[in-house]
Amino acid sequence: MERDTGSRQQRLLPLTVASLILFVIANSFPIVQIELQGLSSQTTLIGAVKVLGTEGMSLVALLVLATTILFPLLQLLVLLYLLLPTAHGVNRPGIRTLLRVMQMVRPWGMVEVFLLGVLVAVVKLSNMATVIPGVALWAFGALTIVLTAVVSFNPRYLWRSLVIARMEDAGPVKDGEPVR
Amino acid sequence: MSADTHSLPDSSFPGESAAHAAPALEPAVSSAIAANLRPCHHCGTVWEDAHDDARCEVCHSPLHVRKIDSLNRTWAFLIAACIMYIPANLMPVMTTTTLLDEQQDTIMSGIIYFWVEGSWELAIVVFIASFLVPLFKLVSLIILTVSARRRSSWQRLQRAKLYRVVESIGRWSMLDVFVVSLLTGLVQIEGFAKITAGIGVAAFGSVVVLTMLASMSFDPRLIWDQDEDREEQGPDENTRPSQHADLQEQQKKDSE
Repeated sequence: MERDTGSRQQRLLPLTVASLILFVIANSFPIVQIELQGLSSQTTLIGAVKVLGTEGMSLVALLVLATTILFPLLQLLVLLYLLLPTAHGVNRPGIRTLLRVMQMVRPWGMVEVFLLGVLVAVVKLSNMATVIPGVALWAFGALTIVLTAVVSFNPRYLWRSLVIARMEDAGPVKDGEPVR
Repeated sequence: MSADTHSLPDSSFPGESAAHAAPALEPAVSSAIAANLRPCHHCGTVWEDAHDDARCEVCHSPLHVRKIDSLNRTWAFLIAACIMYIPANLMPVMTTTTLLDEQQDTIMSGIIYFWVEGSWELAIVVFIASFLVPLFKLVSLIILTVSARRRSSWQRLQRAKLYRVVESIGRWSMLDVFVVSLLTGLVQIEGFAKITAGIGVAAFGSVVVLTMLASMSFDPRLIWDQDEDREEQGPDENTRPSQHADLQEQQKKDSE
């Protein structure tokens, strides 16, 4: 059974914007830096994907790229588009396709799993080298928390607003206020 | 703009409003099939008397009583996952090259390394996420598909719960794939220390993806389906009494 998530919707737009900002930070700064006898090395998430790709692990690279960057980003952008108020009200162009895409992509975004992966990797390396956590690590931590709140929103609520709009079109009430 | 959903008439959402009216566990509920109702698997709208190729009028997706070909698809993904499970555990997931030596790690040796090094909390986390969870998923999905195919009435509620557990824990076995990717990206100090990903990671990643696909294509409603015309069903989330009145109301409004 699911609780009615409708009342959370007002809070969802700012959370989505916050997630997008955190997402950009998390992906543009290095996650961790290691220092080993004077030599240092650091990586961003995309950097790690690139290295995997050049090593002939392109499928794994693609999997990591999709689950940690593409799908969460897609989900956030779709949600942002659907939540931004427009003159169209509920019936904005492409809403059906986008909602379906969002539902399809939902289980494949794995930012929180990735965060745990980073922590495991850091512990693994700390025996071997000095590990300095980067800005992106904190951004990822924050992103995980905010994203959990965003993702717990059930797209079914938006579908429901379509049902309502449909019924209002059919019924006596026409050109009423856009119901969201 | 921000319409309060609670002020809207409850009858517009047959599925969800009925949830409050119906007691969760009441024997002998009639199934949606018997009542000729079809839920849309995408948006949750319930339609009455829909014909076979009908599409949901809200979201335009095809209407099905059950997920199409659910058991066959689940089996296909499961068998593929079982095959990939073997190389995923035997092949090295990463190779560490330092000045002095070269070391290959499998999933298990990584866990043992943590344990020996004294960080047993991490050893347990990785052991659960990379070893127990995939194994648990494979075994549970096999149990679920076999019993659903036989229309078994054995432990229905437990099986339904098992499915929900499988659905929610599946993603966490991706952990090791991320660890290896990050280490590979990070430890690239030429001539000093270098970590490369092994073929085991690809196999392991495919096990995770395949089991996720398998659990997505499995239709938990099949757990409650019984022999013959599947007349009676157990207390499934999808079968609720007292939907009909609400639904007819909606249909009437729709046809207007």
